[in-house]
Amino acid sequence: MSARSTFRALPTLFRIGFAEMVAYRAEMLVWVLATTMPLIMLALWSTVARDAPVGRFDQQDFVAYFLATFIVRQLTGAWVAWQLSFEVRTGTLSMRLLRPLHPMVSYAVENLAAIPLRLIIALPVAVVALLLVGSERLPKSALLWVVFLLSLLGSWLITFLANSAIGTLALWTGSSIKVMDVWLALFMVLSGYLIPVELFPPVVRSAVEVLPFRYQIGFPVEVLTSAHDTRTALILLARQWTWVAISFFLVGVLWRRGLRRFAAYGG
Amino acid sequence: MSTLGRYWRLLRVQVRSSVLLGLQYRADFALDGLVSLFWTLTAVIPLFTVFHLRGTVAGWTFGEALLVTGWFTLLEAILEGAINPSLTAVVEHIRKGTLDFVLLKPADAQFLVSTARFEPWRSTNVVTALVLWGLGFVRLGHGPSLLGSLAALLLLVTATALLYSLWILTVSAAFYVVKIDNLTNLFNSIFDAARWPVQVFRGLLRWIFTFLIPLALMTTFPAEAMLGRLAPTALAWSLVGAGVFAWLSRRVWLRSIARYTSASS
Repeated sequence: MSARSTFRALPTLFRIGFAEMVAYRAEMLVWVLATTMPLIMLALWSTVARDAPVGRFDQQDFVAYFLATFIVRQLTGAWVAWQLSFEVRTGTLSMRLLRPLHPMVSYAVENLAAIPLRLIIALPVAVVALLLVGSERLPKSALLWVVFLLSLLGSWLITFLANSAIGTLALWTGSSIKVMDVWLALFMVLSGYLIPVELFPPVVRSAVEVLPFRYQIGFPVEVLTSAHDTRTALILLARQWTWVAISFFLVGVLWRRGLRRFAAYGG
Repeated sequence: MSTLGRYWRLLRVQVRSSVLLGLQYRADFALDGLVSLFWTLTAVIPLFTVFHLRGTVAGWTFGEALLVTGWFTLLEAILEGAINPSLTAVVEHIRKGTLDFVLLKPADAQFLVSTARFEPWRSTNVVTALVLWGLGFVRLGHGPSLLGSLAALLLLVTATALLYSLWILTVSAAFYVVKIDNLTNLFNSIFDAARWPVQVFRGLLRWIFTFLIPLALMTTFPAEAMLGRLAPTALAWSLVGAGVFAWLSRRVWLRSIARYTSASS
């Protein structure tokens, strides 16, 4: 499987993935409805901030923060953990192994193919956000916009790779959905999805700085709402990409070791 | 033999078979219990954070809000132990087309599918709920009101009925949209809003959570009853509301099942 042939296959894979998304559009709509949690948290935090701002956040800041959170979540979703776990259990993973293409590449393209449809949902939310809070919270410099785009890519990569790493565990245990549940519970609370990380009590906060979750949602949202100056943003970007590198390495090792154990039950 | 007696015996058979099935996978269920405990613990973090920043939110103190979260956790336990397992099984039946076998049996299909699986050992959260209530009342410095607790007990029944009805409505959607993993997800994420007192939400959202998806009736009202400040009219309306939802979900279920076209054949 040379790099060139992989590269040539990408557009077709992407088209197939996109067609699949369009075919299961009802399912995707349900998924989007299930990710409206930031809007609930928006209502909650606006009530909390009604009388006086919370930290640096007034009501408007919360609107900006949680609408940005909604958008970032739409654009950085991945579900390989469930896919892998399912395909290992049913043995259908062997189909993927037969193709002259690294399975991780095909998973990545399938997951990325969801993004165009999700943009259709994210864009109106972005317009509403701009109408509600104006554009003064957006990054001012071109450099910060570049940082934002890189952070968005980084957060997708962490989400995808963490999903893959956990999904690969199914090669040992038969199913790794429970591990994913634990990961998801931590992600929900510590990523900034429900609570901006600045508002955590100091103890939790220092843990959040080190863990990968914050770099999946909180960091891009903070850059988009101009919470950091350029220097801090660059430092955080470096930390985020350190996590990307770590998870990339981890998936590599787990995949190579795990695959030797693959028995393709029923396949 | 009376119909009621027959269904009572049927229920006992179903419970016995799910206990026997459960005993086969003991390790799995211990793990399930741990995972759901973990979920609850992490899910309390937002509550702590909010009240770490503010003394009262929308008229609720930390102690009072803990009661609401306690009710939420209790209902979650009921959901995981008694409602989710059965209804996830229905979805699987619909997808595979094996619902035929259930429909052929000479008993009500909704009764059969709803009692098919019980997993009481998944309900570790009942204990968490009791701990949360304990903490709440310690912080408040007084116990629950006696009359209020009786009302709360009644509300537990209506809340369970509401939860079950909402689940039936969600599952009915499986007849139309077959891939359902997402529907469970959707249900859970909407139900999640019930961990907050409904007064936290305003305008349209509060209206939705009171009348359309009556989360308020499930967690806020029982907590208020425990505190002895639920108006009797609210109690009466909860009974009516639960009745209406039960009736509605039954109608929708019957309609959906009429639409069922065995997927396999």
